[in-house]
Amino acid sequence: MRPVYLVSGGVSKFAKARPDVTFQPMVKEAYDYALKDLGLEFRQAAELVDGTVASYFSDHFMRQLKAGSMVQDYLGLTPKPSKRIEAGGATGGVAFQSGWEAVASGRFDICVVYGWETMSRVNTWKGNEFIALASDVSFDYPVGGFYSGYYAMMVVRHMKEFGTSVEQMALVSVKNHNNAFHNPYAQKRMNIRIEDVRASEMVAWPLTMLDICVMSDGAAVTILASEEGLNKLEKATGRRPKPAKVTGVGGGIDAMRMADRPHGEVILLPHEKPEDYKGLKYPGVHSFRAGRMASKTAYQMAGITNPLEELDFIELHDAYTSSEIQTYEDMGLCRYGEGGKFVEAGKPFMPNLDYGYRFPEQGKIPVNPSGGLIACGHPVGATGLMQAVFALWQLQGSIGKHFGSNQLQVKNARRGAIHSHAGTGTYVVVSILEKGF
Amino acid sequence: MEEQEKKRVKLPETDEGTVLFNVPFPKDLKDLKGMAPIIIRQPYHIDYIHSYGQDSPFFAGLANGKLLGTRCGPCKHTYGTPRLHCMYCGNECDWIELPKEGAVHTFTICHFGSEEFLKETPFVLILVEWPGVDTLFLSRLVGVDSLQPSLDWVGMKVRAQFKRLSKFKPTDVYFVPA
Repeated sequence: MRPVYLVSGGVSKFAKARPDVTFQPMVKEAYDYALKDLGLEFRQAAELVDGTVASYFSDHFMRQLKAGSMVQDYLGLTPKPSKRIEAGGATGGVAFQSGWEAVASGRFDICVVYGWETMSRVNTWKGNEFIALASDVSFDYPVGGFYSGYYAMMVVRHMKEFGTSVEQMALVSVKNHNNAFHNPYAQKRMNIRIEDVRASEMVAWPLTMLDICVMSDGAAVTILASEEGLNKLEKATGRRPKPAKVTGVGGGIDAMRMADRPHGEVILLPHEKPEDYKGLKYPGVHSFRAGRMASKTAYQMAGITNPLEELDFIELHDAYTSSEIQTYEDMGLCRYGEGGKFVEAGKPFMPNLDYGYRFPEQGKIPVNPSGGLIACGHPVGATGLMQAVFALWQLQGSIGKHFGSNQLQVKNARRGAIHSHAGTGTYVVVSILEKGF
Repeated sequence: MEEQEKKRVKLPETDEGTVLFNVPFPKDLKDLKGMAPIIIRQPYHIDYIHSYGQDSPFFAGLANGKLLGTRCGPCKHTYGTPRLHCMYCGNECDWIELPKEGAVHTFTICHFGSEEFLKETPFVLILVEWPGVDTLFLSRLVGVDSLQPSLDWVGMKVRAQFKRLSKFKPTDVYFVPA
């Protein structure tokens, strides 16, 4: 395997609905941005790019099969090779890793990974139905298939097992919405408080509207390159790209049906001991074994032994405030069961922002500095790639340039993680990015 | 004239499914870029011929007032939601009858949902657990106050009830407080 670099990226402004365009021009917005940031002309890119990965989740949302090739031709990248990745909510993260594989293997020197989703083409309740089809259609969906319901059941068990509170979950919403206030790409930019989260409409007890991400139309693009690819880009543009190096990729899968998850032993990270989890039945429905597996394998590859100390920030898949708390634990930022206390202490908040609360340990490791899915939106195929783009900008120190404000720039960010998650914890991938210049 | 002698061919005009018959159109084509998008309704309906395949006995069981799970012969792993092959040793499992009485492992109340279930909201989803059974079962709970949920519901003893008129869906069984 050879080193792989993330050289540039772009994101369309995520919105509830983009009826002004079909999906192809929306992807082109993100692609043009990525090219411009690199200083590369459209025609030069068409020549230099060796192939692409198309990242989109649901054929139902558009009722259009083979949509990937329609984007490929719109971007002027025909007849270069491409493939489509579908991995539920983790589609973007898995597609990113697929791009990494294409470059690491030596097949491509320059690979474009483009992703999008247009979820506004059906009503929200129909969208919920489409998404719920990503649960067993014989045993799960017909009982009342609804992803917010599934996540609510998981966190009820987390609350019962560990004492996690709805106020702790609401703090995640406060953090992510307030962060997004400074992110012009975000769909929901709001300064809110715990009371606002609890007072918003109940969706699936105990999760309210503000505990849950929304459906969106949006696109994101990343450009990956080998060392040789970097040289080609430098030659074409006359300037050396400022890339992030992809130093770890990890993944995991768990049983589709939550009901099938085992009640066994915790998969330990290097900084944990079996005694930490005496008597805990794992993962049950309170934790994501696939998220732990993805973290463990990504950390192993990147040489990370204590993520809390060795990562500067994380963009993780907060489809629900509850799943952000559960993911702190899967990723080993705290022990299993301590996710609620972790957010209560202020650790995943930005150190420099005023959230209207006093935290004893604010800013230990910013999680979702961008605002995450909860505030940025979740156009599924674009989401994991959006995380990669925001992570690149953090590592470049270029958040100010791209967001028009430095408020969300993590100071001296050298290493970050992105985490993409599907189903009820069914597919999870984690990638580690490091400053590469 | 020659053109007038040509027989006119036309597609028949109908108004089925049409919600928009005409839109304003600018004289200058340059103005088209400022046009609002045309958004139309596209209905789509599918009837699947869904086979439960190897899981069919479970649904036959519900129609006969029995809740079935499976158990692996060699490793004894017992599944509260049936699977024909054991996840751990790959062997074919046997069908077993699960106890009518179990307990709530976890629950939620759905106040919103997929289109198909919107008219049933609020409804209560539970995962049922049984002692000695290694996995859980997703079902509905009725007979509790869905406006007064409490964490104390976890652990509540519940009892399976079966619909008299089977629809051959997993909702042919549901649970009530025991």
